[in-house]
Amino acid sequence: MQNETPAAAGTIRTGPAASGRYPAGGLAFPHRDLTGIGQLARHEILYLLDEAEQWVAHNRQPHGAQPLTQPHRRADLLRGLTIINAFFENSTRTLLSFEIAGKRLGADVVNMHAAQSSVKKGETLIDTAMTLNAMRADAIVIRHASSGAVRLIADKVDCPVLNAGDGQHEHPTQGLLDALTIRHAAAEQWGWSSAGGDLNGLKVTICGDLLHSRVARSNILCLTALGADVTVCAPPALMPEGIEAMGVAPTYDFDAALKGAQVVMMLRLQQERMQGQFIPSPREYRHLYGLTVDRLARCEPQALVMHPGPMNRGVEIDSQVADHATRSLITRQVEMGVAVRMACLDVLTRRSRNVAGWGDVP
Amino acid sequence: MTPRPLTITGGKLVLPEGEPRAGAIRCEDGRIVAVGDVTPHDGDEVIDARGLLVAPGLVDLGVFAIDKPAFHFGGITRAALMPDQGPPLDHPARVRFAAQSGKPDLWVHPLAAATQRLEGVELAELALMRDAGARAVATGRRWIGDSGVMLRLLRYCAMLGLTVVSHAEDAGLAGHAVATAGEMATRMGLPSAPAEAEQLAVARDIALAELAGAALHFRQVTTTGSIALVRAAKARGARITAGVTPAHFMLSDLELADFRTFARMSPPLRSEADRQAVIAGIADGSIDVIASGHDPRGPEDKRLPFADAEPGMAGAETLLPLTLTLVRDGHISMARAFALIAGNPAALLGVEAGRLAVGAEADIALIDPVRPWIVNSDKMAASAGNTPFDRRPVEGRVTKLFKGGARVG
Repeated sequence: MQNETPAAAGTIRTGPAASGRYPAGGLAFPHRDLTGIGQLARHEILYLLDEAEQWVAHNRQPHGAQPLTQPHRRADLLRGLTIINAFFENSTRTLLSFEIAGKRLGADVVNMHAAQSSVKKGETLIDTAMTLNAMRADAIVIRHASSGAVRLIADKVDCPVLNAGDGQHEHPTQGLLDALTIRHAAAEQWGWSSAGGDLNGLKVTICGDLLHSRVARSNILCLTALGADVTVCAPPALMPEGIEAMGVAPTYDFDAALKGAQVVMMLRLQQERMQGQFIPSPREYRHLYGLTVDRLARCEPQALVMHPGPMNRGVEIDSQVADHATRSLITRQVEMGVAVRMACLDVLTRRSRNVAGWGDVP
Repeated sequence: MTPRPLTITGGKLVLPEGEPRAGAIRCEDGRIVAVGDVTPHDGDEVIDARGLLVAPGLVDLGVFAIDKPAFHFGGITRAALMPDQGPPLDHPARVRFAAQSGKPDLWVHPLAAATQRLEGVELAELALMRDAGARAVATGRRWIGDSGVMLRLLRYCAMLGLTVVSHAEDAGLAGHAVATAGEMATRMGLPSAPAEAEQLAVARDIALAELAGAALHFRQVTTTGSIALVRAAKARGARITAGVTPAHFMLSDLELADFRTFARMSPPLRSEADRQAVIAGIADGSIDVIASGHDPRGPEDKRLPFADAEPGMAGAETLLPLTLTLVRDGHISMARAFALIAGNPAALLGVEAGRLAVGAEADIALIDPVRPWIVNSDKMAASAGNTPFDRRPVEGRVTKLFKGGARVG
């Protein structure tokens, strides 16, 4: 990446970033929790992205790069810490990603996978939070089907809380990993460089079920904070009212939205969240909003394609696009996800680990 | 037991017309017998009200719970109870019981459930409930979606001489919404419905009420569009009245920030423009009633993710001071304020109260209109402290309250 030299494999940086881009020490990230991108300033987003770079390099170490006493790809930064992944909503990839991130850092990771139906009542949610708190976890990662549920729990527990997706509100680590993915791929494939490490002027189109998407909200907040020009596209029923107030240009016309796009982010059609009929049929949705090979040709020549997964192949995205060797970043997103979550777990536990310069939250 | 005759002297009387003026008031056998230039008779209990307003006790149109300490703190001597109880007020025996439940120092006026189990399908036994003490009929927390049922209800109530109190939110548009569509709901990822959901329901209900010749009261009108419809209907001479709660003239949907469930209301808080429209509607007479919508909710209903929390606020204690902010800001006169919180709701319920006039029930509140205090959700008289006005400094407090000429508390 431009400006940042990825940390050499095996050397783990724990102190304040050696850069004039952020305030020193703990002031670089003065939050106890990560509940949303909306709580972050631009330099705080950049800080987490830059912190993640070392973990990208770390995770890419080849087998056998380190002696067996220190299993490769495993750091011991969080050794002895307990991280609870409390998932009140079904998840495979995010849960796995957080689990691997915690384990790569040497933490003891426990997964609590509560079926949504058994924890439907809210007082139980608070009770569950109090129970987790009493077990003295060092960080809690939470996913819940209700917007704001993570904030509610964060207010009741004493340790850092990471939002792994709350209802239709935010999914901050997804926003961060997508920004990191774009930064990496754009630098590698187009030689993109921008002075501050951000995405000034990058043209990004986000298309799909914006109404039900927490990924879209976190991405909009993250990308606009980093200076990207974001166009959002959805049919009227899936376009949230007032979204232009978030600094994006809304349109119903996907073909127009693709013109000049350098990055296209497709969102999953979340039929399980829909109460009533929002689109006539998946086939008709693909007709208007599916990213096909033909449509991809309307973008900039080297435009990149992203999708947070899981995909509905043949609905919002065609297989030929999703599996494109150079243009599709979908597996890269998964890779960056682990690095970003390692960075977040590291940064958020620095205060409890008494890392120099990281005092109480200001 | 009849209380001793009572004379209140030295205060300023809030009469139906004009600015508050110096005078005294005398009550005997639970009724007001003289107003204005009055001297106490021998044997009267004499109350000195120097520096205070002498006003009618508040008549709170549409509360969800009988919460005497909160009502008395707020100067409320009569409360119209919504039928949304467990079980609902859809049976004469339950209405009769509810009507007795606050006496002697609080009179409860039950609102009969319009339909059985409040399901909006089959009419309840409205005439039997009227004769058991129901003062009006209410659709409950929900709108009646079936226009045929609504028309039959309005015609039947017109015949019985009962006002229908409607909750106006188009069910198809409102769906599971917990917020008004707009930037705030979008940023927070909350299920939302356009404000027009209310306007549509108000338009239909007005049309049906005019067709039926019925008296219709909207418990809450909170949007620019629906207030305009009410204004136009009144100008045509339709028997339409409308109310609102202080939340909708004090707060906008910005209060939802940080997912504060105490700001979860039904209908949801609206935009700032709609808030201004509510104030204008109160000032120009389109809105007739300000009520507390008192709905105390404990943590089991409120300490939840926003969309899972129950709507409603404990409003009885703040009804008076928040209404007085409209007087202080010059939107309405003091007489009009008490018409909104006492006189008009009493007239709608057909009770002889809500105003200081000879012959009316001696429900009287002595009020220090400028006494400052701070709302504290941890120290409410109400059975729960779910107020979005926590920590807000307000002015105006009841210092003494009389129900039927007898001192309360």
